[in-house]
Amino acid sequence: MQVFRAKRIIKLGLKSLWMHRLRSVLTTMGIVFGVCSVIGMLAIGEGASREAQATIARLGSTNIIIKTVKPPDDMKASGNNTIMSEYGLTYADAERFYESLTNTEVIVPIRRLNQDAWYRNRKAAVEVIGTVPWYTSISSLNVKYGRFLASNDLSYQQGICAIDERLMDAIFKMDNPLGQTIKLAGDYYTVVGIVDSRQGGKTDNEARTGGGDAGGASSGTVYIPLTAVKSRFGELNVSFGTSGGKVEKVELQEITVKVKSMEDVLPTRDMIAAQMEQFHKKKDYDIQVPLEQLREAQRTKRIYSIVLGSIAAISLLVGGIGIMNIMLATVSERTREIGIRRALGAKRKDIITQFITETILLTSIGGILGVVLGVIIPKLVTYFFSMPTVVTGLSLTVAFGVSAVVGIVFGSYPAWRAANVHPIESLRHE
Amino acid sequence: MQNIVEIQNLTKSYVIGTSQLDVLKGIDFSVSRGEYVAIMGPSGSGKSTLLNMLGCLDKPTSGVYKLGGSDVMSMNDDELSEIRGKEIGFIFQSYNLIQQLNVIENIEIPMFYQGISEHESKVRATDLAVMVGLADRVHHRPFELSGGQQQRVAIARALANNPLVVLADEPTGNLDTKNGVDILSVFDQLNKSGRTLIVVTHDSRVAQRAGRVIHLLDGQIDRQVYN
Repeated sequence: MQVFRAKRIIKLGLKSLWMHRLRSVLTTMGIVFGVCSVIGMLAIGEGASREAQATIARLGSTNIIIKTVKPPDDMKASGNNTIMSEYGLTYADAERFYESLTNTEVIVPIRRLNQDAWYRNRKAAVEVIGTVPWYTSISSLNVKYGRFLASNDLSYQQGICAIDERLMDAIFKMDNPLGQTIKLAGDYYTVVGIVDSRQGGKTDNEARTGGGDAGGASSGTVYIPLTAVKSRFGELNVSFGTSGGKVEKVELQEITVKVKSMEDVLPTRDMIAAQMEQFHKKKDYDIQVPLEQLREAQRTKRIYSIVLGSIAAISLLVGGIGIMNIMLATVSERTREIGIRRALGAKRKDIITQFITETILLTSIGGILGVVLGVIIPKLVTYFFSMPTVVTGLSLTVAFGVSAVVGIVFGSYPAWRAANVHPIESLRHE
Repeated sequence: MQNIVEIQNLTKSYVIGTSQLDVLKGIDFSVSRGEYVAIMGPSGSGKSTLLNMLGCLDKPTSGVYKLGGSDVMSMNDDELSEIRGKEIGFIFQSYNLIQQLNVIENIEIPMFYQGISEHESKVRATDLAVMVGLADRVHHRPFELSGGQQQRVAIARALANNPLVVLADEPTGNLDTKNGVDILSVFDQLNKSGRTLIVVTHDSRVAQRAGRVIHLLDGQIDRQVYN
């Protein structure tokens, strides 16, 4: 009985909205755009935030990254004179971490340099990463073919290397690189494995700071045992600028300390900071904690959400005010109808129900259209601007729910006005 | 005979600014079942106000008003709506049909507010439309109908809930002579079939057909004439 009645009231509401199609459509627009912009903005925000968090997570939330930074006074000093500057992380630092730090899972020292790699007559500029076999546990490197560096390679300073797919494509073309040798600065290295390019190509390059051998676009990455790099390349980098040559001595570009759990990150970071302060007179290092960056990103996201939420609230508020305005106009336009209905037995609450139903229908239809557009628009944004977007179920629910609530809130006053029209006066109304 | 309407010493005053305007100054009369009563009087005599009181659209200032035995004076807004919908059938000078609704839907309005099922109200509305001679017009909207036809819709609508009394306010006022006579003969038929009619009018033809004419003057009953 009540259900049938509700059905008839909704039918009645749809009918009278249909009578004023143009007005209904225009009124609904406010809600449509409100809802779809809310969903769209949240989707773009969520997409950006997830991308940022994924980037940081790739650095590892249990990692502490200590990097070599060229100290500021060295930069000045190297202006005119050819002097040798010695700075940065050292093997001794790595040793100390091994001995003093507890709760660590792995400690990965890294030495980077830029070189040209030769295979037969083909040449490619590459980034050489001298590291240890357990490098794989701090990066999401995948071995595609063959193997990565092994402990024996490290102990015996083997002349072997793993290369990434980019380099494979660049200089091997159709040949199978496994077992072949490439030439780096006069020495030969046998290729024992192929890894994917994601890590070397993107994150490491982005994250790289300081170090004399940094910079330059590389078309691939070569992984070599750290011991082999130490013995064959040494620690000196010689470069010649416009104002003279310079020589730098840098042992390691980076040491990544991976701790066992996230709780260990901050205490370990503090211990590392204390040690580094004690043994490095110059500030030639930088300690990065991806976990903190992650938390920072999450904080940023929260602020972002609040800002977007406010814009959402405002746009829906504007839409709601538009609806209230139209409904008030509708009420005074339909005063006579209200009078007739009242004379024929409609109670105040019947009139209230009728007008609230119309408003809620307007906002819900607007809400549904807004949700549909809100799902489509982020897809278009992703397609045309290649920005990542994520439409969450929560944002759909919230946006639609709010639009329905807007209907109730902004429909109440006009409906109340309608119900309090006096039957006699409204019957006299023309 | 059973009294459907009982009115004793009924007054209605409006306060306008600081002065009080007494529109009805103590009215006494009763209407029994099946009567056809015409209320006449010059403009400003209080006819419309009396009709509004009878129709439970407004409450009298003082006095007694019983409709079908229920005390209207003590009713709240919801109860007034209820009794209007159930026991009173309104017919207005300007028909007061809802323009967006067709004939059937207009007739259905009073039934909707009494909670009568969609199916039943459709059947009853169609019967009533046939009864007032609009069988071929049921899906027309008011603006597609002549004045006489619109007033027939209004009559059908007034009968929808089988009310105790039908109240008409100048039902022929907007109609030409032919249509006016037409409507009055519908009233005659209704009265013959046992309906109680109270008609406020200037039209002397109504007075001729009614069983009783109450003449109002200056907010009081001047005289009652029985035909």
